[in-house]
Amino acid sequence: MFKSRLSAAPYLLWMGIFIIAPLLLVCYFAFTDASGSFTLANIQGLTAHVDVLLRSLWLAAVATVICLVLGYPVAYILSRAEEGQQRIFLMLCLLPMWMNFLLRTYAWMTLLENNGLINRFFGLFGLGPFEMINTQGAVVLGMVYNYLPFMIMPLYSIMVKIENSTIQAAQDLGANGVQVLFKVVLPLSVPGITSGVIMVFVPAISTFIISKMLGGGSNLLIGDLIELQFLGNAYNPHLGAAMSLVLMIIILLCLGFLNYFGDEDATREAIL
Amino acid sequence: MKRLLAAFGAVLVALMIPVSALAEETQFDYSQSEYDYTRFAGQGVSINVYNWGEYISDGEEGALDTNREFEALTGIKVNYTTFATNEELYAKLKSGGSDYDIIIPSDYMVSKMINEGMLEPLDYGNIPNFQYIDEAYRNLEYDPENRYTVPYTWGTVGIIYNTTMVEGEIDSWDALWDEQYKGNMLMFGNSRDAFAIAQSRLGIPYNSTDKDDYRRAADELIKQKPLVQAYVMDQIYDKMEGGEAALAPYYAGDAIVMMEGNPDLAFVVPKEGANLFVDAICIPKGCQNKEAAEMYINFLSEPQVAAANIEYIGYSTPSSAAFALLDEETQNNPVIYPPEETLAKCQAFRSLPDDVNLYMDSLWTEIMSTGTGKNNLMGIFIGCGVVVVIVVLVVLATIRKKKRESMY
Repeated sequence: MFKSRLSAAPYLLWMGIFIIAPLLLVCYFAFTDASGSFTLANIQGLTAHVDVLLRSLWLAAVATVICLVLGYPVAYILSRAEEGQQRIFLMLCLLPMWMNFLLRTYAWMTLLENNGLINRFFGLFGLGPFEMINTQGAVVLGMVYNYLPFMIMPLYSIMVKIENSTIQAAQDLGANGVQVLFKVVLPLSVPGITSGVIMVFVPAISTFIISKMLGGGSNLLIGDLIELQFLGNAYNPHLGAAMSLVLMIIILLCLGFLNYFGDEDATREAIL
Repeated sequence: MKRLLAAFGAVLVALMIPVSALAEETQFDYSQSEYDYTRFAGQGVSINVYNWGEYISDGEEGALDTNREFEALTGIKVNYTTFATNEELYAKLKSGGSDYDIIIPSDYMVSKMINEGMLEPLDYGNIPNFQYIDEAYRNLEYDPENRYTVPYTWGTVGIIYNTTMVEGEIDSWDALWDEQYKGNMLMFGNSRDAFAIAQSRLGIPYNSTDKDDYRRAADELIKQKPLVQAYVMDQIYDKMEGGEAALAPYYAGDAIVMMEGNPDLAFVVPKEGANLFVDAICIPKGCQNKEAAEMYINFLSEPQVAAANIEYIGYSTPSSAAFALLDEETQNNPVIYPPEETLAKCQAFRSLPDDVNLYMDSLWTEIMSTGTGKNNLMGIFIGCGVVVVIVVLVVLATIRKKKRESMY
């Protein structure tokens, strides 16, 4: 027992120094002012930015749903493919992630611009130009593109564990395609959905570079706002920390909510 | 065995060629300067330099590799890192844990740092090349007695525009409020520069400490917002060169680079005047080897080094000796070295009091979040809707769970 604890010590130390201590610092900064005395003004100051927070929540939620809708069938098809094909398709899904995140987003910028490749293509047929860049749609697109692999991966890893025989059994018992999907595959893949949603939603809500590049800087998200507190004109880490803290609490609530449903499904499985 | 030896010898020779090539030949001749550059040689001294990105000649395309040259000359190792904004530099220094020997902030950040005691006074006895700095760039507002800084570059802000996309001559900031360029203009993505433009239009001094002035400027920027395509910083290169927008405010030195990429572009300092900025070399408190750092400053101020650097960066040099070394075309380029009467209308930034900065940032956030009004309302409705749905779902799930538990 002691030995196993000892082997965990490096990570515990790591966690203490790089996770717990910074968290405490964030809390400290959030509830103090520049002179170091206790204040709630930072938290109160957040009320002015509720709309930004809601916009971030909304855009992140939309991006997550789109990722789920796009990623779910892909993950399913992947998991049913032959092993050799699986590896190739999986690699293709992950291929964009080998490239730098910033570069990928930058590339979208040049694609979506009024003189960008897409509009130039439409221009050949006398269409457009369509206004695509600097809109909320572009921000969501950037999120979906960048975070889609994070949805596919957990879904896939859960789905490969669903045996073909389970599906065949359902079919033998007279379930049609829709029933197989909703009664067998979907319930069994819930843990994958949960972690996929978390993996997409959490980075999407706190992103700032995507909105800056694709949103034209005026679709301010909570991540931009936090960045502004640290790298803006006024160096205000206290308000920034308060924002981060609130964002963390919101994410925590979302995760708790997801787990709640995850648990419920687990109990249902146990009962069945 | 002989062959093996020969191969071994060949490898040795191959290894030695790059070594001897590295054996430190400087590109320029420093023998006529009386400065003793070699006094730290062989002592394993190193300095940490923190500069703007793309802000030093780095040996590309046969240009001078400044840091390598310094290492070759002095035997001092240079650890070179870059930042993107003054605020990033400030945050890095303020949060501690970093030890830089050389930093190159802009004017207003210099004065902020001086006020907060973050800079080390320089020993100008160790920087004889300060003599080359033009009188006009000494004792400037940010460092009135010139105790902390040696100016590195300067430049102006102005409007860069695409001559094929605008009508007539652009000569005023009013162009950025002109309805005909709706959706066709870019704007600064940082608050201080953006406010300064509105301030120029309203005739408010840049360093005003009256909050009402900033409120008025903010209203002006809000009025401008529907016309603006995007608020950008470095993305401007792509957008202006690609003809994505007709006009945008930006820094003269960067405008030169863009004009090289797209000959349709032109640059003007508007008649209302604009910001004149100076980036200056300083030594922050906590510097490990001040004398070596001062040697680096002196080296950067060597006329031929300063000239090579300024040619690479595209900004303007405060050193009259370096200016004399530039080719005539550059010397007479009104974008880089604007005429006296233009410069007379320009103002420099000084650091503002903390409360004004905070106020400006909150106004900036307001500007950035307004105009998407429809979305705002929708967001609130949707947010409320989502909360309601979540609550209902949780309640339903709890009831179902309880039911099931009571069944078994």
